[in-house]
Amino acid sequence: MFRTRSLFFAYNKHTSFHFPDIDLEAGENILVLGESGIGKTTYLHLMAGILKPKSGSAELMGKTYHELKSSQLDRFRGQYIGLIFQKPHFIHALSLEENLTLVQSLAHKKTDKNRIHQVLDDLGIIHHKSKKTYLLSQGEQQRAAIAMAVVNQPKLLLADEPTSSLDDKNCLKVANLLKEQAASTGAHLIIITHDQRLKSQFQNTIELQQLQKPVLN
Amino acid sequence: MNIYKLSFRNMSSRPLSTLLSLILLVLGVGMISLLLQVSKHVEEQMENNIKGIDMVIGAKGSPLQLILSAVYHIDVPTGNIPLEAAEQIRNNRFVEKGIPLSYGDSYNGFRIVGTNHEYPELYGGKVALGKLWQEPFEVTIGITVAQNLSLKLGDTFAGSHGLVAGGISHKDQQYKVVGILNYSNSVLDRLILTATESVWEIHHHEEDNIASKKKQKNHHSHGNEQEHDEHNDHLANADAEIHNEDESHHNDKLEEEHHEKAHQADREITAMLINFRSPIGVIQVPRMVNANTNMQAAVPLYEIRRLFSLMGVGIEMLSSIAIIIMGVSGLSVFISLYNALKNRQYEMVLMRSYGASRWYLVWHVVLEGLMLTTLGFILGIAFSRVGLFAISKLVQANYHYSFSNWNWLAEEGWLLASSLSIGLLAAILPAIRAFNLNISKTLSHA
Repeated sequence: MFRTRSLFFAYNKHTSFHFPDIDLEAGENILVLGESGIGKTTYLHLMAGILKPKSGSAELMGKTYHELKSSQLDRFRGQYIGLIFQKPHFIHALSLEENLTLVQSLAHKKTDKNRIHQVLDDLGIIHHKSKKTYLLSQGEQQRAAIAMAVVNQPKLLLADEPTSSLDDKNCLKVANLLKEQAASTGAHLIIITHDQRLKSQFQNTIELQQLQKPVLN
Repeated sequence: MNIYKLSFRNMSSRPLSTLLSLILLVLGVGMISLLLQVSKHVEEQMENNIKGIDMVIGAKGSPLQLILSAVYHIDVPTGNIPLEAAEQIRNNRFVEKGIPLSYGDSYNGFRIVGTNHEYPELYGGKVALGKLWQEPFEVTIGITVAQNLSLKLGDTFAGSHGLVAGGISHKDQQYKVVGILNYSNSVLDRLILTATESVWEIHHHEEDNIASKKKQKNHHSHGNEQEHDEHNDHLANADAEIHNEDESHHNDKLEEEHHEKAHQADREITAMLINFRSPIGVIQVPRMVNANTNMQAAVPLYEIRRLFSLMGVGIEMLSSIAIIIMGVSGLSVFISLYNALKNRQYEMVLMRSYGASRWYLVWHVVLEGLMLTTLGFILGIAFSRVGLFAISKLVQANYHYSFSNWNWLAEEGWLLASSLSIGLLAAILPAIRAFNLNISKTLSHA
């Protein structure tokens, strides 16, 4: 179960955000739509524990994780939260398979080659496992980034604009892949995007633009 | 995927900057280590060979040359001195021991030294095979000589004039190997020791040969005249002729005896190594020898200190250059890490997003610096040993000295500590940057 309550964040006196509450039961996903500059990424970073809210809370598996110490929060994020960024990032010196091994070790998990191979196979990039990630195509990199996010079988899968640079065909493909992977690991999927094409793919949607506006003090 | 492997892979993923840092580190560490090793070996050899020698007397000339030739056998002698005059010094009340040395001949580049049994004793030389020489033309050889020239007991050879290979051979006077000394890490290892008499006899023999050749020449012309006289006065002077022959024979014998006595009085040695009974001797005797005799006295300790102070300038200069290179290598490591961090900030942020703590990133950056400097240190030490091997070969070829002990020096431990400190210092700033990396801000600007 994942829930947020009255999340509020302020960068300075003039730019602060109140975010809507989210309640997700087992197997539920949600799409957060919003225009640029509305605080989508801030919302995602708050849910990921990358940013600490000024007030409010987020709870995953009964754990209000923003209350954790910095190093404990890092570990919690590594173990239970999977992140997919708009632009895929990898460790360039490592191969695709080694990147996934690193993600496992950062979460203090033992290297599980079977899990890595299973994820790569599911995403159709197993044959690239020994390649350096910069040698993969854009689509393959996108799938590799999904593999990184799901390899630790997180409980919360957060994706920041995962489809904005893709064509319609690939947009749909990626959305389905994310949903499949979330379902296979039992994770809640939250996609934050301005990409209206995804609206039809999700039952639960929050229109951030309608609900949230910067509060000027 | 552990952090060590990750750091190593990151390091090797930027080969050019890593290579530059490594080259600088290898040069810096290698040069310092090489200087330390060479200095240690030279000092060790100098000290080993100076033990028990308070003063050296020899012919006038450069005192350093006298020490280098008589103690270390790496220079030519300043000349010869009368044995009688040297004996007078040996009989001085301050003198405990005086070891005569006569040299000037060699065999295949290894010096033949005429001396007595006190000389090998001075360096603690022990006989490994056979015995010490007992008779003239018996030789006991150092282990390096035996190994280099493949000489064994019972082998014979002829020495040649001069101290380098290729001199005129004394073919008719053969030396016989009767003993081989154990390794002593001293000058003994590369000398051919024999009785002083061997050297005298060889040169006496040589002089006699020259004299007899002259005499034969004179006798031949004198014989012609005598034949002529005999032809003219044969019958009339038969008795007188018999008388003359007896007188001539008697004169030859007297001449030989006189010649022998003159030889005894003219006997020379090249140098004498002196050991004093008390330190007062070092103050008084050298001054006395230099002021009142035609010989010179040199104190090895003073001369070697002088030599070291001269060499020291060069060593210090090279050390300074090496230290500067190490400093530059530190700067290179810093630039390499700083640039890498700048280029890899998204990787750092990615690692934070997937569970890495701030301290993990710090250790990751520091580890890269330490790995680079440790690798540089290891390669630098290897470089220094290769250099030492090359220098050893060069010194061995020219002076028959070898650097046998290549052990780790305590100073090299400090060099390792310095290298690691450089790696640590170079990594501190990039590590602080990694620690303070703002994940959210960096991702927002990606």
